[in-house]
Amino acid sequence: MATAGPPVVSLREVAKRYATGTLAVQGVDLAIREGDFLALLGPSGCGKSTLLRLIAGLAEPSAGLVSRPDGDGIGFVFQEPTLMPWATAEANVALPLELKGNPRREARARAREWLGRVGLAGFERAYPRALSGGMKMRVSIARALVTQPRLLLLDEPFAALDEITRFRLNNDLLELWQRERFTVVFVTHSVFESVYLAHRIVVMAARPGRIAEEIAVTSPYPRDEAFRTSADYAAHCREVSQALTRAMAA
Amino acid sequence: MSETPAIPQPGFNWWRVAAPLLIGLLVLGGWEWLVRAREIPPYILPGPVLIAETLWRDWGSLSVSLGVTLRITFLALLLAASLGLILAVLFAQSPVIEMSLFPYAVILQVTPIVAIAPLIIIWVDDVTLSLLICAWIVAFFPILSNTTVGLNSADHNLLDLMRLYRASRWQVLWRLRLPAAMPFFLSGLRISGGLALIGAIVAEFVAGTGGRASGLAYRILESGYQLQIPRMFAALVLVSVTGIAIFMALSLLSHLLLRRWHESAMARP
Repeated sequence: MATAGPPVVSLREVAKRYATGTLAVQGVDLAIREGDFLALLGPSGCGKSTLLRLIAGLAEPSAGLVSRPDGDGIGFVFQEPTLMPWATAEANVALPLELKGNPRREARARAREWLGRVGLAGFERAYPRALSGGMKMRVSIARALVTQPRLLLLDEPFAALDEITRFRLNNDLLELWQRERFTVVFVTHSVFESVYLAHRIVVMAARPGRIAEEIAVTSPYPRDEAFRTSADYAAHCREVSQALTRAMAA
Repeated sequence: MSETPAIPQPGFNWWRVAAPLLIGLLVLGGWEWLVRAREIPPYILPGPVLIAETLWRDWGSLSVSLGVTLRITFLALLLAASLGLILAVLFAQSPVIEMSLFPYAVILQVTPIVAIAPLIIIWVDDVTLSLLICAWIVAFFPILSNTTVGLNSADHNLLDLMRLYRASRWQVLWRLRLPAAMPFFLSGLRISGGLALIGAIVAEFVAGTGGRASGLAYRILESGYQLQIPRMFAALVLVSVTGIAIFMALSLLSHLLLRRWHESAMARP
């Protein structure tokens, strides 16, 4: 399913220096094409979250150019679920639509629809406090997708979840991606997660944050639990692990 | 993991009510016994029974005074809550306003109300208005400072999310900052409720020495001058009960508003 559509996002010679003087990323060239599932893989402190924020437009590059979809073409999933604790699951998901000025009834109806699609039918009226970690993350994903963005950005979204929940959410995310045809940039520090999900893995090195290597995972979609135990998967994991080791030594 | 919030809540713990009530009854009984056994004259220390009788007998005049004090307290609290909230929102919108005005709010807070009350009572001709100003000065600061902290404590990721969806300043305030500030505002309100009463009483004391007020504090002063100590105690009881009632009412309000989402108001299974 590796596609070669037009670029949705392109970064040219991008650098980001923080006010503290830290050079977070430098010299990043990257084109993300329509329909890509791209993983940004690297040790902590390699600037992968910074890169994601640059793509989202939440930070401005100190040098270089970032072009991205405009308007509400971007959905963002944070490391934490980042839900409003005072609002129900439904109201949380409806937020982006209501901010755009969609009528409340319509926004809420769309929100309920999306909660159903992420497997949370029946929890529309639940407050975040009453939901488990995995369920909260599902609400967060529904909120990011409710505007039907072209580009979905995820910043280590499942890092805090237990393995069983993480595997299930991995599968559900892949299924949503194949059904809805959006483009994904997924930040992770897990080799196994990146190989399972992505068909392009960008390995990053630290100090300053930069792209070290890019690896294609040619295994076909749909991928499922059988893929997780296949020799193909293990071989890709080994290849990516070695690339990561090289990047960390560089 | 709490997939379903269906864990049955523990039954109402009667001991939480019964235990302090029992202590109260014991103390009152001991007090009454002491007064009777030692034959302490009522102008030194009246027993609880006599105080209750006085409260019953003088309810006519005492209830009028209670009404006066309550009115001042509630108006002051209402003013403190609304002005505190408005000013906190202004502070959150502009750091310049906050920097320029916050020190003065602090000065207002740290200056003892007893020291400024005489001035205010001299300057402001209307007694009710001068009492209101005094009570407001005391009650205002906790709401202002708490709400300011609350408005600035909104989740940074949620603020980023708002930016991502190009939310207007007003939307960020209404949908994110104000709800996030709610628990802080309410806890400020609980402190201010008691302070408004204290402010009203203190101001009445100052005004009362000039014979210009008619609230509960004035009754306490008056009874003191006339050596009607049981009546003094009766007025004191009313002040305490009012304070407790205000605190309980505001706690209930806070619980009702926050029970669905805030940790402070959650029943722990």
